Amino acid sequence: MSEHLLIKGGRVVDPVSGRDEVADVVVIDGRIDAVGPGSAGPQAEVIEAGGLVVAPGLVDLHAHLREPGFEHKETVESGCRAAAVGGFTAVAAMANTEPVTDHAAIVHEVRDLAVVAGLCEVFPVGAITKGLQGESLAELGEMVEAGVRVFSDDGNCVPTARMLRNALTYARAFPVEVVIADHAEEASLVDGGQMHEGVHSAALGLRGRPAEAEEIAVARDLAIAGMTGGRLHLCHLSSARSVELVRRAKADGVRVTAEVTPHHLALTDDALVTYDTNLKVHPPIRTSEDRQALREGVADGTIDVIATDHAPHAVEEKEAEFDRSPPGTIGFETALAVVLTELVHTGALGLSQMIEAMSRAPARILGAADHGGPIEQGRPANLVIFDPDAEWLVEPPFASKARNSAFMGARLRGRVTHTLLWGRLTVADGKATA
Amino acid sequence: MNRHLLSMHDLSAEDVTRVLDTAESFREVGTRVIKKVPALRGRTVVNLFYENSTRTRISFELAAKRLSADVINFTTSGSSVSKGESLKDTALTLQAMGADAVVIRHGSSGAPHQLTTWVRGHVLNAGDGTHEHPTQALLDLYTMREKLGRLDGLRVAIVGDVLHSRVARSLSFGLVTMGAEVTLVGPPTLIPLEAPTWGVQVDYDIEAVLPKLDVCYMLRVQTERQRLEYFPSVREYSRLFGLTSRRVAQLPEHALVMHPGPMNRGVEIDSDVADLPRSTIEDQVTNGIATRMALLYLLLGASDGGAP
Repeated sequence: MSEHLLIKGGRVVDPVSGRDEVADVVVIDGRIDAVGPGSAGPQAEVIEAGGLVVAPGLVDLHAHLREPGFEHKETVESGCRAAAVGGFTAVAAMANTEPVTDHAAIVHEVRDLAVVAGLCEVFPVGAITKGLQGESLAELGEMVEAGVRVFSDDGNCVPTARMLRNALTYARAFPVEVVIADHAEEASLVDGGQMHEGVHSAALGLRGRPAEAEEIAVARDLAIAGMTGGRLHLCHLSSARSVELVRRAKADGVRVTAEVTPHHLALTDDALVTYDTNLKVHPPIRTSEDRQALREGVADGTIDVIATDHAPHAVEEKEAEFDRSPPGTIGFETALAVVLTELVHTGALGLSQMIEAMSRAPARILGAADHGGPIEQGRPANLVIFDPDAEWLVEPPFASKARNSAFMGARLRGRVTHTLLWGRLTVADGKATA
Repeated sequence: MNRHLLSMHDLSAEDVTRVLDTAESFREVGTRVIKKVPALRGRTVVNLFYENSTRTRISFELAAKRLSADVINFTTSGSSVSKGESLKDTALTLQAMGADAVVIRHGSSGAPHQLTTWVRGHVLNAGDGTHEHPTQALLDLYTMREKLGRLDGLRVAIVGDVLHSRVARSLSFGLVTMGAEVTLVGPPTLIPLEAPTWGVQVDYDIEAVLPKLDVCYMLRVQTERQRLEYFPSVREYSRLFGLTSRRVAQLPEHALVMHPGPMNRGVEIDSDVADLPRSTIEDQVTNGIATRMALLYLLLGASDGGAP
C-alpha cells in the first residue's frame, strides 16, 4: 500500500523554483506528487501547516557526529536525531573521528550507521591528509569513489601552502567536482589561544586568537586557489576582513565558497566575561563589527552557506577549566531558530535567502542531489516544516547526547515542527519520531 | 560588596576604601601578644590551592585563624586532586563539608568564576592563571596608602611581564578605580596590545618614567613561563628593564619600590635596591595578613555584627 501525506496550507518557500506562496504539498511514496491545490486521497495523513513554512530540508555542511571513536560525546544515531529535530535532512560528518575518516572503509561505516538510524542522510567528509597530520595526502581517489565530495582536515588548518596547493591541484583529477575545505587559522598565531584577541581577552587573562590569524590563512588559501584553479571552501569565517577578502576573490573569479556558523552570526566576545566554556569555539566569536560584516556577507551572497559546526562534548569535558575545556558548541537544534531570530526577524535576511544558505547551497557543495529542493513534482520529499514565530527557551534535554550549547538559556523565535526524510516523518510536532 | 571577590572590577572605590579601613583596624591585632579575635568563630574557610604558593596560602591561613575560623588546606599534592578529580567534583565535596568560604589559587584563568557556580559559599580569588590576583592588589593599595597617605593622583609604574601577570591586571584595575595614574613599562612583547583600554599609559623606556613616580612596582620575571620569543635573554631584560642601583637614584626621594615577591634578585631588581629603606617588600607581606582578614571579615562576618 502506498503512503500518502498532505501538507496543507503552508507557506512554501523554495529558492530553486523561486516559489514563495501558500500551497498544499502532496507526498506519495517518498516523493513530492503535487504542489498547489491538490488531493492526496481520503486515506492521506494530513499535516495542517497554516501559518507554518514548508521548505527543502536543511543541509549542514559542517558537523561532528563523533562516531567512530568518541561515542561518549555523540553517536551517528544521536547526532542524526538532533539534526532531524533541527530540521536537517542531510549533514556532512567531519573527518576527525578515531580512526580518522581518511580512507573509504570509515566513509562506508559512518554512512551505514546513518542508514541504520534512518533519521538523516549523512555525507562523510574525508580528511585531506593522512590522520589529519598535514604531512601526506590521504587517498582522496578511493574516497571520491566512495562518494565523498568534500575534504577537510577539520580543526587543523592545512599547515603549509605547498600541501594546500597539492590538494587543490590533485583534486582536479576527478570527474566530479571535489571541494577542498580549510579551517583557516594560521597555527603559530593561535597556539594555546582561548578566545578572540582583544579588549576582553586582555582583561580576562585568556590567551588570544587574533582575527589576523584567520585573515592570513584566508588570504593564503585564496591565493593558492587562484593559482591552481582548484575548488576551495572556507569553513566558518569569523572576521570582517575575511569576508572582504572572499568578496574580492569572488569578484576576481576565484573558485571559492564560504560558510559561517549561527553562533558567529549571533554572539560577540563580551559574552565570555563569565568564562562560560560553552562559548569557547574555534575560530572564536569576535566583535560586533565582525558579526555585522558576517551578516552582510550572508545577505549579499559573499558567504554561501550557514553551517552549524555542531561539536558535541561530554558534560564533564566542558565543565572544566576554560583552558582545559575542548572548543565547540552543539548547533543542530538551535541553528534555524538562531538564524530566524537574529537575521530573518530583524530584516537582515529574507526567508528564501536563509533556505538558500541552509539548504540549497550546502546541498550543491556536498553533491547531495536529493536535498536542497526544488519542491516540485517527482522530487524526493526531503522537507522541513517550521513555525517561524514560535518562541521557546533553549534548555536541556536535547536530542543530542551533549548539552554544550552556546545558546543555553536564550529565548529564540522559530521552531521546527516536522521534518520529512524521503516522505517519512523523522520529526512530528517538534519531537523525534524514533 | 559583592558576594565573591573574583576581580578588582568587583569593587567600587568605596568598597576598596572600606576594605583598607577595615584592614587598618585589623593591623593592630597582629601586634598583640594574643593575635586573635572571635569574629569568624565557627566558620569554615577552605584554602584550595592548585598551584604552589606558600606565601599566599600561609597569609590566608593566618588571616582566617586570627579571625578564629576553622581552616582547611586543600592542596594539589597528596589529595584527590592529584588522582584526577575535577574542579567541579572537588567543589561539590567542599560544599558538602559546609565550607563558608573557599580561597582558590588555580593555574587556569577563570577557575574562581566557575567555582561560584558549584559552591554556595563565598569565593575569594587568590590568583587565577594570567587573570587576576585581587588580594595582592588590595594589600599593595593598603601599603601605598599607608606610606604615601593617599591613592588618588598617585603616579605608579608597573614594570615587567604585564601580559602574563595577574598581579599587574588586578593592581592596574584597582589603581585606576582609586584615581591613580598608572604606566605599564616592559618589553612591548609583554604588554597586551589592548592594555590602554584599562585606562593606563604604556611606555617602553623605564628611565623616562622613573623621575615622575610615586611608586615603582616591579613584577617578577617569570622565567619558567617565558619563551625566547618574548625577549632575547635575562641579561638583556635586566639591562633594559631591571631596577638597578643607578636607575633607582632617578626616583624622587619619597618614591616607593614595591615587589609582590618572590624576587629574582639581579634580574628585575638589584639586590641592594631590594634592601633599601624605600623598598616595602616586607611591609607588603605583613599588610597581606591584615588585608585578607578584612576581606574574610567583610565577606563572611560583617552581617553577623561584632566589630573587630
